[in-house]
Amino acid sequence: MLWALTGATGLALWAKDSCLECHSGLSGDLQAPAVQMEHDVHARRGLGCAACHGGDPSSDDPQVSMSRARGFTGKPNRLTVPRLCARCHSDAAFMHRFQPQPRVDQYAQYMTSIHGKRIASGDSAAAVCTDCHGTHGVRAVKDPLSPVHPLRLPETCGRCHADPKHMAKYGIPTNQLAEFHKSVHWEALEKRGDLSAPSCASCHGNHGATPPGVATVAAVCGTCHILMQQLYDKSPHRPVFDAMGAAGCVVCHDNHAVLRSSPAMLSGPEAVCSRCHDATSAGGLAAAQMGAAIQKLNEALNRSRSILDEASKAGMEVSEAVMRTNDAAEALVKARVAVHAFDPKAVEQPVQEGLAAAAETYQAGADAMRERDRRRVGLGVSLIAILVTMAGLWLTIRRLESQPR
Amino acid sequence: MVGGGLKDARAWLQERLCLGSIQKFVAHKTVPLHSATPWYFFGGITLFLFVIQVLTGILLLLYYRPTPSEAYESVQFIMTRVEFGWLIRSVHSWSANLMILSAFVHMFSVVFLHSYRRPREVTWLSGIVLLGLSLAFGFSGYLLPWNTISYFATKVGTDMAASLPWIGEPLARFLRGGEDVGGATLTRFFGFHVAVLPGAMTLFLLLHLALVQKHGISIPPKVEQEARRASKPVPEMAFFPNFFLRELMAWYAALGILGALAALFPWELGVKADPFAPAPAGIRPEWYFLAPFYTLKLLPSHVWLIEGELLGLLAFGLLGVFWALLPFWAVNRAGALRTRLVTGAGVALLSYLAVFSALGYWR
Repeated sequence: MLWALTGATGLALWAKDSCLECHSGLSGDLQAPAVQMEHDVHARRGLGCAACHGGDPSSDDPQVSMSRARGFTGKPNRLTVPRLCARCHSDAAFMHRFQPQPRVDQYAQYMTSIHGKRIASGDSAAAVCTDCHGTHGVRAVKDPLSPVHPLRLPETCGRCHADPKHMAKYGIPTNQLAEFHKSVHWEALEKRGDLSAPSCASCHGNHGATPPGVATVAAVCGTCHILMQQLYDKSPHRPVFDAMGAAGCVVCHDNHAVLRSSPAMLSGPEAVCSRCHDATSAGGLAAAQMGAAIQKLNEALNRSRSILDEASKAGMEVSEAVMRTNDAAEALVKARVAVHAFDPKAVEQPVQEGLAAAAETYQAGADAMRERDRRRVGLGVSLIAILVTMAGLWLTIRRLESQPR
Repeated sequence: MVGGGLKDARAWLQERLCLGSIQKFVAHKTVPLHSATPWYFFGGITLFLFVIQVLTGILLLLYYRPTPSEAYESVQFIMTRVEFGWLIRSVHSWSANLMILSAFVHMFSVVFLHSYRRPREVTWLSGIVLLGLSLAFGFSGYLLPWNTISYFATKVGTDMAASLPWIGEPLARFLRGGEDVGGATLTRFFGFHVAVLPGAMTLFLLLHLALVQKHGISIPPKVEQEARRASKPVPEMAFFPNFFLRELMAWYAALGILGALAALFPWELGVKADPFAPAPAGIRPEWYFLAPFYTLKLLPSHVWLIEGELLGLLAFGLLGVFWALLPFWAVNRAGALRTRLVTGAGVALLSYLAVFSALGYWR
């Protein structure tokens, strides 16, 4: 039955695997592949060592099973690894056995990548499939232990790209990983565990990995930050940056170290705008105006949240107002997005909406605090009344019991 | 003229309502006077808090809507929009808790003063039923605001019922009105809370009070013995007005505590229940269910061949029956009271409830 699974590629799903049987009994490097195969996604689908290394796993005799006559190829040459993997992974009919909608474009994409091009030119130091996915213990991408799982991918890319020795001959920087670790994207990935947050492959591509060109940076960022890209495309900055050959978003936000944005980016000593715009120029004034508006809304929102939090801790029911602060927070997000139009008027509208919501919620919080104070006064008066009544009762009892029966 | 009119009205009522016999009964009613007399107040305090429950409950009924889509919002409306709604709801919730606390104090005072003994066995049993009904009030009322904590606590509670052998599944389905906690459960719990339980409570309360009046207030054996030794009668206090005025003071004190708790720590509403959301961490029932809840948590999944939770529930069931039958095993075959055994059992139960409730709260 297993023989019936022989594919167009000529690979067999073996029943007996003498490779694993022998190598499990060895030690060190010769045993390691057999141990790693336990978790291998291929082995779990019935693909044994022979699928990649050739040979005859049905024979217990190493002279036979590892003979050239039986197709044994030994350790594949690094330059041939992509083609070896592609024998199956580019075969739609074969891959369909394992997935209803298999992806089979990895090799084609790889050959467009800088890695693939270097391999094609004979540079064996360039990354091949096994450098990222592993060799014998290849795990599914969604497996958290896979080196290409979103949470582990930056470290996997960094194994080469953060290694000055490895990168020396290519003359490219090696600080990308360190820079990425400062970014808001890494924060979302690592701290919040948000697997949809971007890592290396989200911007550079995975199999077709290539640095985004100047012209395509906004398009790359815009795959997630759609509204920002649309506003930027219509803004006066777009033609200017294009003419300057400046890489859109990266000019203000950096590429790997994308920090959390704040009004300080617009005005003040750390403003990114001031790199090009003088503070007294029209651009500098517009940036300062947008920064001040956003800062004002930010402060109003914080003030509302603070008083509502205080009221909530005092046991006041302010959940409706707390819910309404979401409108102010949403307006703040809209205002920050609107900055990408680089027009103070575009920022003003959401800021005004947010300020109205923040004022309303602050008022609700202040009312709740006044109500709390009123309740305490009411409680004090009630307690005095109760104590006076109790004292009256006690005096009555004393009077009753002091009278002779 | 006016005085004469009042006199006539009084005579008219006396003739029709037999007020004279009631007056006569009250005039002759006495309360034993000894060092433990203040413990007698707790029965009355429990009754007072129950009356507050009924009154505030009726007011809440004016606005509360028992459906999953409206329950939370209606309580929120009561808390934020209705004049003094926050006070009514907080007083209702706090008085429920204080009533159960007061009922427990009353029960343990009855145990330690040995007031359950002949001929008050049925009074004790009716009291145990009243305590059970109070706990059922608490369990059913907890779900009514339809917030996350109450929703999942009810899920845990009804899951426990489902683990009972034979009757578990049908009992859980009866409580939930379906396979899981949902709209049908809320409607049912509302029905139990405002109709079934108040009806049962009123019946047993009347029986309990009637029996207390019939048999009078029990004198602790120790006080009786001392009086016998001294050949003196046990000192007494007239129920009306002397004891009644003191009880009234206790009610005022309870009212003050209740008002302070409601004003300083308004009962929180929490977040609306979302049946599709995962259960939040730290779900726990009301404090009076904490001890059994924590005990069940400590039990291993299996003890020999029996499921740990089932074993725990059976043990609690047996303990409940054993406790309810206290007046019967408190006397030996010769009819003598086993005071040490009862006091020891009372101390053991009280210690268990205090320690395990504290552990359940803090761990």
